[in-house]
Amino acid sequence: MEPTMSFFSGFQPSDLLYLAEAAWRTVLISVLSISIGTFLGAIFGWMMYEGKWAAALTLGPVLDVFRSVPLIIQLVLFYNFAPMIGLNLDPFLSGVVILSIYCASLVANVARGGMEAVGQPMRRAARSLGMSYWQDLRYVVLPIGGRAVFPSWVGVALGVMKDSALVSVLGYVELLKASQILITRTQEPLLILTIAGAFYFALSYPISRYAATLEKRWAS
Amino acid sequence: MLDYNFHWRPVFKSLPDLLAAGLTTLEIAALSMVLGIIFGLALALIRMHMRGPLKWVASAWVELARNTPALFQLFFFGFGLGAVGIHMSPYVIVLAALSFNCAGYLAENFRGGFQAIPDTQIRAARSLGMTAWQSYTRIIIPQVFRIVYHPLTNQIVWAVLMSSLGMLVGFRELSGETQALASRTYRIFEYFAVTAVIYYVIVKIILGASRLLSARLFRY
Repeated sequence: MEPTMSFFSGFQPSDLLYLAEAAWRTVLISVLSISIGTFLGAIFGWMMYEGKWAAALTLGPVLDVFRSVPLIIQLVLFYNFAPMIGLNLDPFLSGVVILSIYCASLVANVARGGMEAVGQPMRRAARSLGMSYWQDLRYVVLPIGGRAVFPSWVGVALGVMKDSALVSVLGYVELLKASQILITRTQEPLLILTIAGAFYFALSYPISRYAATLEKRWAS
Repeated sequence: MLDYNFHWRPVFKSLPDLLAAGLTTLEIAALSMVLGIIFGLALALIRMHMRGPLKWVASAWVELARNTPALFQLFFFGFGLGAVGIHMSPYVIVLAALSFNCAGYLAENFRGGFQAIPDTQIRAARSLGMTAWQSYTRIIIPQVFRIVYHPLTNQIVWAVLMSSLGMLVGFRELSGETQALASRTYRIFEYFAVTAVIYYVIVKIILGASRLLSARLFRY
């Protein structure tokens, strides 16, 4: 009896390495998007805080759209729209662009909340001590407001990390896409999904716990 | 610059289909919220008042729901459980995954709400002759409800947005329907643009209704 050829082969140790590499790509796209998104979001939040009604009428609704439309729709729309205006972006860059804007729209709210958390008397005191507007922002608002909203920011950042799984629909091989590829080959969905889930959990859980302990320490 | 001809006619022709699918989206979001509230409340109470295996299960549920991507959870309910012989229709898969996710997030909100009410209130209610059930339903729950009202509203919005993942497991809610229609006509951008508008309107209606309701509920 000759051995039967099979398209499917079982899960091998090398596949674990493949998943680890994919997890690294998840980290890469997340860190990049969160960094850009936080930078933009902080600026947007400052504009929303200082701009009063002008920002509320212009920037506010635009950011609101990114929070009110499912991320997956945003990704599909942008991926199909970019070539129309002559941009040929690969799935990774498309993912970074949309995830960054999405992250910025969420961080903007957080940043504005942080600035509102710093009392007016405190800021007047800073200015009365001879600090310039920017010194006041850097040495008074950032440390106090930043602490107040740090836990929410961690929540947003972890949310973006988890939402980066959606970039798989554009074909970027991050953790979830890699596990789908392996499932197709090995036909062992339960095992592979468990490993992929463990990777996500290992990325997210320690950070969320650390943020929770920081929050407790700062509260007391 | 833009050498793409937009064709909106097929999209507007299938607008009734899209709106009908939008109702499916609302239906699954509402159902998953109901299940999420029931399970979330149970999880919160178990984690606060119980020890042993039941508490471990509840904690594992909450941490897994919060620390892995919703898309991963959807795949797990779809492909993962399919591998061990539990086959569910796309509708049930999406409902199960959404409810699992919502319950995890809501459990933490409820726990925060319960912890904000001082223990002395229970003792006061009990010493006034109320039963445990009465003191919970008449004293504690109304106050907790007030605290979790806004997180609850946000969670409904999240449920609507998250249900869009249904298109990846072949469920014909708003996004799934859009994808099916778009792949038939190749007008991907146009279809998804209209769908984005529908999602935006749905979210705005939910937020508006929630604001009206809160104005009525929390008058005093």
